[in-house]
Amino acid sequence: MAELEQFREETRAWLGENCPESMRTPITSDKDICWGGRKAELSPDQRTWLARMGARGWTVPTWPSEYGGGGLSKAEAKVLAAEMRRINARSPLASFGIWMLGPALLKFGSEAQKKEHIPRIARGEIRWCQGYSEPNAGSDLASLASRADDQGDHYLVNGQKIWASYADQSDWIFCLVRTSSEGKKQGGISFVLFDMATKGVTTRPIKLISGASPFCEIFFDNVVVSKTNLIGEENNGWTIAKYLLTHEREMISGMAQENTGLDILGKTAVQAIGARNGILSDGLLRADIAQFDVDLAAFTMTLERVRDEAKAGQSLGAASSMLKYYGTELNKRRYELLLRIQGLDALGWQGEDGVVARDWLRSKANSIEGGTSEVQLNIIAKRILGLPG
Amino acid sequence: MALVYTEEQQLLRDSAREFLAERSPVSAFRELRDSGNKDGFSRQVWEEMTELGWAGIAIPEEYGGLDFGYVGAGVIFQEMGRTLCPSPLFASAILGAALINRSGNASQKQALLPQIAAGERIVASAIEESGHHAPENTSLVAERTDTGYRLSGSKCHVLDGHVADTLIVLARTSGDPGDRQGLTMLLLDAEAKGLAHRHHAMVDGRNADHIELTGVMVAETSILGQVGAAMDLLEPVLDLGQCILAAELLGIAQEAFERTIGYLKERKQFGVPIGSFQALQHRAAILFGEIELVKSAVLKALQAADEASPQLPYLASVAKAKASSVARETTNESIQMHGGIGMTDEFDIGFFIKRARVAEHTFGDSSYHVDRLARLKGY
Repeated sequence: MAELEQFREETRAWLGENCPESMRTPITSDKDICWGGRKAELSPDQRTWLARMGARGWTVPTWPSEYGGGGLSKAEAKVLAAEMRRINARSPLASFGIWMLGPALLKFGSEAQKKEHIPRIARGEIRWCQGYSEPNAGSDLASLASRADDQGDHYLVNGQKIWASYADQSDWIFCLVRTSSEGKKQGGISFVLFDMATKGVTTRPIKLISGASPFCEIFFDNVVVSKTNLIGEENNGWTIAKYLLTHEREMISGMAQENTGLDILGKTAVQAIGARNGILSDGLLRADIAQFDVDLAAFTMTLERVRDEAKAGQSLGAASSMLKYYGTELNKRRYELLLRIQGLDALGWQGEDGVVARDWLRSKANSIEGGTSEVQLNIIAKRILGLPG
Repeated sequence: MALVYTEEQQLLRDSAREFLAERSPVSAFRELRDSGNKDGFSRQVWEEMTELGWAGIAIPEEYGGLDFGYVGAGVIFQEMGRTLCPSPLFASAILGAALINRSGNASQKQALLPQIAAGERIVASAIEESGHHAPENTSLVAERTDTGYRLSGSKCHVLDGHVADTLIVLARTSGDPGDRQGLTMLLLDAEAKGLAHRHHAMVDGRNADHIELTGVMVAETSILGQVGAAMDLLEPVLDLGQCILAAELLGIAQEAFERTIGYLKERKQFGVPIGSFQALQHRAAILFGEIELVKSAVLKALQAADEASPQLPYLASVAKAKASSVARETTNESIQMHGGIGMTDEFDIGFFIKRARVAEHTFGDSSYHVDRLARLKGY
């Protein structure tokens, strides 16, 4: 306990000296989020903050220090997070390398692979993107067809990926490729890493119904990938892919959690529509908002309970599927209600006028990306309820 | 407070589950119903429950209770929901005891609480005058006399009123039906002169009493709490009741759901278990998530009850609203997924839909509590 208190004092002092003032202000635009990487255009303070935190491994506080992580215990990491919150410090680095690839590399990578990639993830030097979905492999991801043909010491990769977030701004990709067409389709997939600057890789941004988006298509035309960049064994990539998807689901349900401060629809509606005797004039809308508030409250409590149960060593197993399903469906409901509250005023398209409409449209993807709602229900039915087939 | 059950509370759950499996399984409820038992519960099982201390679970130690708190009480009710165990525990040990403990004077508490805790006295509360929860609409009148009050009017859906020794009657001492002010609680002997009971059998096999009061005389000392201000005393206690009913509804939903999942794995049509059909799998998976949400809302509300949190009204309504609608949905789906056999009286699944509805409509259904939440949030 005393050691933890000492750690708190030291951390507080260090953050006080090393976190630039501008890194203690709220994030107001996408530019304020630091994704790192070779192409990053960072402000001097962003650069300093990332470098200082990266040098200590505090961008990834609990990862082992031999690979550039912070080597902190869970308790110390909690102290660090609390101390950062205390001064409103921004996260020094947003990164798919941290959220998705890193945990999988730590578990499945070779010593050489960990030494090569993990420190560069921790320092934000390389920005990663994900090569999973393909035009004909969405919910049925295992039917992916991008081929990696064995050429002795390297593979030759050909095919196409889709829905890769920020692929056009990323340096490297972690990618699922087919190395065998025999037997079960899951058994012929491998997990490889390669540089997006390699000859034969091209990207194209995708425009959505909500306008511009971070999503891209990626095309591979005879891309040479060294076999040293194969993670785990050949044809064993599906196991790694599933492990990584669990992390992604947790991340998405965590985003739903950040929205939970927004249960102010009722009051917004009173302002927009008016009230009689303190009761929203539109009775049908009022009932739907109130039902939403009940569900949102119960969902928020469930996130709290799952966290507390995890701390107490109890596990909810495939809970991430349930949270992902419910969190994204709630978010879609929230935007539909917001549209009803604001009416035509919510349906502008240019500049500030278009924010609600674009967010509303974008929310439709919540229950598609990271495994559709229907796929989550399949997982619950089979893995939790043990239903056959 | 962490949103998990403590080790003590989990031990209580284990022992409650064991006791109920042994002494009050669903088959015991069926026997009770088939025998036409007028009490609506087993006196023998009730005595054993009180020996376990359950009747004193939410009563302070100085009055002979266990003072184990509402999370503990909720654990017991969740398990009783699973086996559909009927008993006067809710009416007497939760509502009656809390009304007396919070509103009573020293001599009322001393006289009544130890007897409730020991199961020697059953106290029922006469609140409703229609099928919809609306205590402020009370018209049963208590007129001032030289020595006390004269009560005239009627009450319905008095839980366990037919087996009660003492009634707590919500009466109007001033104002008109609909006024929040002017209501008063009075203690009344269940056998008082001028009091007529009309037994009313309910769909869940339990009983609700309808009572008629014709010039019933009570002494001034029978006033419970302050004259004219009963709503301020009653509402927080009803909130405790909502939390407990939500816990029971959770148990009902869990049991009906687990039995249904078992049936989906076992029942074959077209040569395969019907649980292999995605049309049923997705509906089951959605119910699973809904029940997880109810678990969280119920525990949160029960903890707020123990902490006397100012958030209790809001949390109690969230829990009751969510538990009610999920228990409704789950029991409806249970019947549908069981198909024809689910419609037969011989099969137990029908018991759950019946109890779920009565529990939902006791002290405000889902709509009532969703509306209350909206008012509390200012819209």
